[in-house]
Amino acid sequence: MKFENYMQLEFPSKSSNEAFARSAVACFASQMDPTLEELGDIRTAVSEAVTNCIVHAYPNGYGVITLRCRILKDNILDIVVKDKGVGIPDLEQARRPMFTTGGEDRSGMGFTIMESFMTTFSATSRVGKGTTVHMRRKLQKRK
Amino acid sequence: MHLTSYLQDSQLTVALTGEIDHHCAKAYIDTIIGKIEAYKPCVCVLDFQDVTFMDSSGIAVVINTLRNMTRIKGKLTLIGIREQPMRVFAASGIDKLVEIKEVAV
Repeated sequence: MKFENYMQLEFPSKSSNEAFARSAVACFASQMDPTLEELGDIRTAVSEAVTNCIVHAYPNGYGVITLRCRILKDNILDIVVKDKGVGIPDLEQARRPMFTTGGEDRSGMGFTIMESFMTTFSATSRVGKGTTVHMRRKLQKRK
Repeated sequence: MHLTSYLQDSQLTVALTGEIDHHCAKAYIDTIIGKIEAYKPCVCVLDFQDVTFMDSSGIAVVINTLRNMTRIKGKLTLIGIREQPMRVFAASGIDKLVEIKEVAV
């Protein structure tokens, strides 16, 4: 068995689900006994990933967002956020700090925050097929 | 979204509450900009004391407020930022653009 535990959620790309998604991941991760700082970082990264799907993936209505969390050995939390939306034509540009195609209520810092708050981060996207964000956070072992 | 604000000696203080994410950011921005346009304060203080969580949407709230205060040649100060929102501000470099104070002025 590669994982210790896992959970998977599916929900529509409604902005009211942003708070739900980050809280659900925080609840699941709490069994790993994270510090408050680790939990805050994880909630922030999940909020960014899910918000990206809501703002960009489905511009004409609602689509499905899949969120999967696994606890791997050595105290690693593995998170995958996936949509089947429009995709990102230029990922390198999208990951640049302050770059956004969103409105004035977006800062263009989502990818930057996911990258700096998580231990590993990767994103793959195909235009017309969707985007997948994969991130991991190694938690400190507490005595 | 819930906020309280008051104006005293041309200082507009806006206290934000709860969790700031994309779901409520636009409403915060519109409300704050509306107040700046109405009162034209010399100083705007955003009070983060009761903000328990914030993602990059909070950065957009601050940038939009800063832009509008700069337009009327005013000043922006942030106060009472907790640990989690502070980590988001630090990761974005906003803490270098705006004055941040620990407690109420």
